[in-house]
Amino acid sequence: MKVLEKQAKTVDEAVKLALDELRVSREEVEVDILEEGNKGILGFLSKSAKVRVTVKPKPEEIAVNFLKGILNFIDSDAEIKSSLEDDILKLEIESKDAGILIGKHGSNLDALQYLTSLVVNKNCKDFVRVVLDAENYREKREETLERLAIKMAEKVKETKKSIVLEPMYPNERRIIHTALQKDRRVTTKSVGKEPYRRIVISLR
Amino acid sequence: MIELVEYIAKALVDHPENVTVNQVEGEQSIILELKVDPEDMGKVIGKQGRIAKAIRTVVKAAAAKEGKRVVVEII
Repeated sequence: MKVLEKQAKTVDEAVKLALDELRVSREEVEVDILEEGNKGILGFLSKSAKVRVTVKPKPEEIAVNFLKGILNFIDSDAEIKSSLEDDILKLEIESKDAGILIGKHGSNLDALQYLTSLVVNKNCKDFVRVVLDAENYREKREETLERLAIKMAEKVKETKKSIVLEPMYPNERRIIHTALQKDRRVTTKSVGKEPYRRIVISLR
Repeated sequence: MIELVEYIAKALVDHPENVTVNQVEGEQSIILELKVDPEDMGKVIGKQGRIAKAIRTVVKAAAAKEGKRVVVEII
């Protein structure tokens, strides 16, 4: 973490000096005022202001560092790409052997994503949603879930009986709800408690 | 594997200096005992054990790569 202390006539000037030297903007740092400074009388008894400027770690840096630390133990050749848009931090692992990082139904990917999100949000003031992906798994899973939703809805219409799906995480349930929202003949709802909450598809 | 558990736990807690991991060799598997500051228990267990589950999943994946069976216990 970069820290810099600066002295100037006023607090604002001292902060500006520090920002210029660190080449960052005001939003990227935290400022501690060590001495307020005093103009004195006609220049007599004046005291200069002193500030400590700390560059805040960026969410993408925290996330990539944390993940790299873990990947060293699992798959040391993996590379991580990150991009931050609004409050969504997208991370993509590039690896020859992504299978172990994804796991069954993405369980390993979800676990890594959850831990990364905890670490990022512990160190950042504003909440950031972390989305971790490898080999486009998320997109593929979304397509699979949409297909499953449509297939199950057809079955409900045929048999006129409700169907209860496997327990899923909120983000996966949302995909199913959305996929069937426009279907006028069936309705979806979630029942049970996390992490065993599951979707029920029934006739309207 | 000890280092991995230690690394994850230290990143999650408020008192990383109080994180310790002990390895106990079981018959078929290695047991890793994770100890944290009492104040940090919630940080490694989570609601309905969600954090503990995530730690176990990641450690299992790493251990599977080495062909080992590892159990993480929080004490």
